[in-house]
Amino acid sequence: MTKEKIIEVHNLTKRFGGFTAVNNISFDVFEGEIFGFLGANGAGKTTAMKMLIGISNPTSGEALVAGFDVKTKTEMVKRSIGYMSQKFSMYDDLTIKENITFFGGIYGLSRIQIKEKTKKLVIELGLEDVIDKLVGSLPLGWKQKLSFSVALLHEPKIVFLDEPTGGVDPITRRQFWEMIYAEANKGTTIFVTTHYMDEAEYCDRVSIMVEGVIEALDTPNNLKTKYNVASMNDVFLKLARNVE
Amino acid sequence: MKTILFIIQKEFRQIFRNKGMLPIIFVLPLVQLLILSNAASFEIKNIKFSYIDNDHSVASRELISKFQASSYFKIIDSYSSKKEADFQMETGKVNVILEIPNHFERDLIKENDANLSVSINAIDGAAAGVENVYISQIITGFNQKVQTQLYQYNKDNYVQPINIVMIPSFWYNNTLNYKTFMVPGILVLLVTMLTLFLSSMNIVREKEMGTLEQINVTPIRKYQFVIGKLFPFWVLGLVILTVGLTIARVVFSVPILGSVALIYFFTSIYLLVILGIGLIISNNSDTQQQAMFISWFFAVLFILMSGLFTPIESMPIWAQNITLLNPIRYFVEIIRMVMLKGATFSDISEPFFMIVFYAIALNGIAVWTYKKVN
Repeated sequence: MTKEKIIEVHNLTKRFGGFTAVNNISFDVFEGEIFGFLGANGAGKTTAMKMLIGISNPTSGEALVAGFDVKTKTEMVKRSIGYMSQKFSMYDDLTIKENITFFGGIYGLSRIQIKEKTKKLVIELGLEDVIDKLVGSLPLGWKQKLSFSVALLHEPKIVFLDEPTGGVDPITRRQFWEMIYAEANKGTTIFVTTHYMDEAEYCDRVSIMVEGVIEALDTPNNLKTKYNVASMNDVFLKLARNVE
Repeated sequence: MKTILFIIQKEFRQIFRNKGMLPIIFVLPLVQLLILSNAASFEIKNIKFSYIDNDHSVASRELISKFQASSYFKIIDSYSSKKEADFQMETGKVNVILEIPNHFERDLIKENDANLSVSINAIDGAAAGVENVYISQIITGFNQKVQTQLYQYNKDNYVQPINIVMIPSFWYNNTLNYKTFMVPGILVLLVTMLTLFLSSMNIVREKEMGTLEQINVTPIRKYQFVIGKLFPFWVLGLVILTVGLTIARVVFSVPILGSVALIYFFTSIYLLVILGIGLIISNNSDTQQQAMFISWFFAVLFILMSGLFTPIESMPIWAQNITLLNPIRYFVEIIRMVMLKGATFSDISEPFFMIVFYAIALNGIAVWTYKKVN
């Protein structure tokens, strides 16, 4: 694996009034790796991620994403990244094809490119028969796969996934992770948050956030050795419990 | 530019896909135009009229027959005493009481002078004033030498009769047809309300669904997003105007004396003002409900202070000054001037430039308050 840094975070902090959601975090993510960003609800994961994707201004500290400062070169950051939020965020009242056309279009793809990409995408996902169906009528698992593919339309260097598998069945989750692996093999960096500790095992490296700070950051195996436990689940419980 | 086209395409698809909204956008305004134009009239007709004839003479019957012949008055009943008539006024059965005194005919002939007493229900002061004028005209027509004593029922206003023959000539609407006056105004109201509500709800809807966050992580520029979002509603506004003008011309035979192109030119800029307001509301609301309430607040304020229903000239000075901030006021003024008076650009240049100023200022604020970053 190349050890080129693609995300560099230095002392990043976000305060809402008197509450510090993200407290002085620093970490690097390397090109092509699957980086798991874990933490309990309210630990500050989503806030940290929002700063990295340029929709939330850091209170202090700095972050470089794909080499661009998130504070000053926000638009360049946005060109280099894909994002899939935990809330399904495609248009329910548009068809699969229309959604792809719209998102491709606003990322600056040409009509011809969009046509080709759409064709490839629906074949890969096996959605040829429902391409003209409204997205709102699809099962959740399909929607998630579709929004992952749409987040990759413009071939971003990094893709941010915010709890991408929330609420889907184990089989679909597995398929989803196969898609993530396939994408990572192409060299795309994956930055993923999750609550499922079995998914954490699939990551190259994971960080665990507790109450706004990063408590641990290493490969899953190293973490298990360090805390002397059998699974990531136990690592997580140990860290979260230490705080309380 | 290409990005904007993609947004416009998406917006139009969503508008035409929403089967619940389509009739609201296209049918309801027309129904409103048809109904409101016929109903919202200031003409006072069917005045509830009663009389007390103490004279029972040829002259008194002749006077009453004048009222019977008028389409403005509806004779409810005749009473034998003032007390009885007053009671009916209290119950609301009648609004006007004409009392003809004893020896009315005799005084009229012998002394060339007679008194009549008229009582008018003046709870609605404006209506009472109009009724007063109608009654005076009939009595003056009956005999210019009859002196009328008009007692307004609630006050003791004593109105001196004026024996001047008036030959009114009504300019720009010589048949005094209220529809001619109201239809252009109501058309303004429809174009405004529809575009204001639709635009103010639109971006909030994306906020609620979570798609706005997805849009905000794309490299899309603020102005691209705003133009792409508002353009479809701008087109819709012009479509509504077209349909409304057609109905005004065909159904209500409202004259369009001025240039139609001028109306469109003005409307296209006016719509930018309304869409800008909608967008500002959208930016500052978190839910569609909130956006709806704020839009209603402004819509009602704008409409009541637009001169559409009550003339601006009769408002107190401070209120008149407030109307200067009201975009609808300018639109009502201009569309009436152009349609009914045949005004040209130089006649409307002052309100026109006010609207241009608002369009620039409000859309500037709209783009500025639209935040991609928190």
